[in-house]
Amino acid sequence: MSARDVRLVLRTSPHDRGAADTPSIMRDVVLALVPITIAAVFYFGVAAVLVIGGAVAGCLATEAFFAPRGQRLASLKDWSAVLTGLLLGLTLPPSFPIWMAFIGGVAAIGLGKVVWGGLGHNLFNPALVGRAFLQAAFPTAITTWSPQGTRELAVYASNLAVPFMKAPVDAVTTATPLGLMKFQGLDTPLWDLVIGDTPGSLGETSALLILLGGLYLLRRRAFDWRIPAGIMLSAAIFAGIVWAVAPQSSPTPWFMLSSGGLMLGAIFMATDPVTSPMAPIGTWIYAAGIGFLIVLIRLWGGLPEGVMYAILLMNAATPLINRGFRPTPFGHVRSGGKKAKEDAP
Amino acid sequence: MGSSLASFQHGVHPQEHKAPTRGLAVQRMRFVERYVMPLSQHLGAPSRPVVQEGQEVQRGQRIADPGGFVSTTLHAPVRGQVVAVGPALLPSGAMGPAITIEADSFDAQRPSLEPPPSAEPDLDALFDGVRDAGIVGLGGAAFPTQVKYRVPDGRRIHTLVINGAECEPWLTCDHRTMLERPRSVIRGTATVATAMGVDRVLVGVEANKLDAVDALRAAVRSVGSSGPPIEIVPCQVKYPQGAEKMLIEAVCGVQVPGGKLPLHVGVVVNNVGTMAAVDDWFRSGKPLIERVVTVSGPGVSAPANLMVPLGTPVRALLEACGGVAPDAALVIMGGPMMGQPLPSVDVPVVKGTSGVLVFRERDLAPLVEHACIRCGRCLEACACFLNPSILGRLARKERWDVMAEHHLMDCMECGACSFTCPSRIPLVQQFRVAKAHIRRAAALEKQRGGA
Repeated sequence: MSARDVRLVLRTSPHDRGAADTPSIMRDVVLALVPITIAAVFYFGVAAVLVIGGAVAGCLATEAFFAPRGQRLASLKDWSAVLTGLLLGLTLPPSFPIWMAFIGGVAAIGLGKVVWGGLGHNLFNPALVGRAFLQAAFPTAITTWSPQGTRELAVYASNLAVPFMKAPVDAVTTATPLGLMKFQGLDTPLWDLVIGDTPGSLGETSALLILLGGLYLLRRRAFDWRIPAGIMLSAAIFAGIVWAVAPQSSPTPWFMLSSGGLMLGAIFMATDPVTSPMAPIGTWIYAAGIGFLIVLIRLWGGLPEGVMYAILLMNAATPLINRGFRPTPFGHVRSGGKKAKEDAP
Repeated sequence: MGSSLASFQHGVHPQEHKAPTRGLAVQRMRFVERYVMPLSQHLGAPSRPVVQEGQEVQRGQRIADPGGFVSTTLHAPVRGQVVAVGPALLPSGAMGPAITIEADSFDAQRPSLEPPPSAEPDLDALFDGVRDAGIVGLGGAAFPTQVKYRVPDGRRIHTLVINGAECEPWLTCDHRTMLERPRSVIRGTATVATAMGVDRVLVGVEANKLDAVDALRAAVRSVGSSGPPIEIVPCQVKYPQGAEKMLIEAVCGVQVPGGKLPLHVGVVVNNVGTMAAVDDWFRSGKPLIERVVTVSGPGVSAPANLMVPLGTPVRALLEACGGVAPDAALVIMGGPMMGQPLPSVDVPVVKGTSGVLVFRERDLAPLVEHACIRCGRCLEACACFLNPSILGRLARKERWDVMAEHHLMDCMECGACSFTCPSRIPLVQQFRVAKAHIRRAAALEKQRGGA
């Protein structure tokens, strides 16, 4: 018996903790993005690695730079900066200059996270802040699309552009399915959209692989399934109504769901816990708002794609939603509620 | 577990860890040399000692009287001599008044008991009997049981709910009591139900103890009470199913209003072990001098369910279970979700001690805190439907008043939010601090108003 020698620690209850912690959740999301990243390399060659690498490097460097002294490396261990960089990289065109991707990463962490007070304090999704910054700074580069399937090419000339010099322009450019739909009224075969054999941002072409990543996150309980479900439902309903009214001039709901950044945004961006509402009712409203805004921007806005702005706008509404839709505490009557009633004395 | 089982909304699913002891019959703990009976081992006013140093006491003899309305009686757990009435180390880590008894030779410990006048008490006799027997809630809260039976004028209790949920991981003391003494549980329940004149009795048992459900149902048939009907209700396995208000929602389908007591919806809740203690008193006159304690955890050599005289040092319990691992680091009194970490193993088993769990260094989850990522998991864990995330942020800013507006005082500190928080934020700890501040502010306010 050695109870006499035992040194006891004192810590408050609960003494048991759930398995998931914040780094493991972030790591799960990164893992869920791996197949999508591999597909990006498959369709767009080494260029994908360069662009994504540039964005991740920008994020890691900025995270480490702003971390407290002595915690530079430790600050990278929670996977959140890797995740931001990966997400940002996957939303960029394949021929995007690496140095711009790096700048995007710096903006994502610096403007998207650090200035707000760090992880957990930001209002907007950092990856999308980075992308919005790039959209404003380099509007041409970020809307120049190169065709997939030129795998032997491996690297686009513009990838290797010298910083702040006039970028070389690739000879061959093309339009994304959304661009074709918006500006030329042309359809893209649904199967190509599902497997991702279309031009577009690196990680948003294959609806199938993105859904697969979502299923993994669902299994790992690493995200709130209500958000992608709500976005897809709301986008499908709204697009469906428009399509039913004017089937000739508007795209089908399934085109809406499987094209552009909708899937990637719904499953990986809108679900960022920091920038989405906490209570389930609020979550549904947030998701419905994103789906509605995506369709609104795509059909009537000036841009072919609206996922980024839709999510950023609903990010901005999140504090309001959190405030407006608090859970009713146990045993307190919601107006019109019936459950918690005291017996008449 | 199907949703057809009775339950409440939200909650968490910790690993059960009941396997090490669920099959182990309760064994009688051997007597030791010295017993320490704290005067305050229940909620409410401390008991008042009625013995003096040097006095000989019989096993089961009254040694302290209730110190107020919300208080209870203490009895000598062994025959022996009172060697001290004074401060002793309590499980909380504080020093508090206690009666220390040195036991006589270990084989002469038959209690001298006189059954109370009536085996079928009326409400007044039930109140007096339960108070004189020193019975408190044995589920862990140790609230003096008779107080629950004194209902304010104009209120009526129509339902007696018996708590056999035992939702804390590791613990199996209630499970064993239901399996080994189902007739005592049911007889005690019938005694209380009849005296209180309730319409029905619902016994909630988590569905991981279906053998206990069967045992209780068989006992209901064989005891054949003439009182109100007793129904055994299997509940979903979910923490905190055994919290009073959650169990009421599960088995009765009503929510107790915020800030109110079960009696406000016509319900009283008692633990299964408490009912067996009531039966002991009214059938044989045996007061509460011992209880079942689950000794378990990865740091214990031979886990066991023990019938332990109150006042036994935890050290003796651990020795009886083959000792602890050399790297034992944390000893908890109670369950892992709400239990009390012990400052030392030289503290006594008290009336609320449902378990003693030992964990090793390597079993303890590292408490590296991360920033809140507002994932909302705590919202879906909180059975009280609070927002622990916002409350945690407010706690950091010491906004106690705003926390009160967010219904902090409804928090029962069950620990589900801290359990589920991926950022390992010590939410419950923050809430305990905040509640203390709010209570102190309220007391100051009252003082100022009175002066």
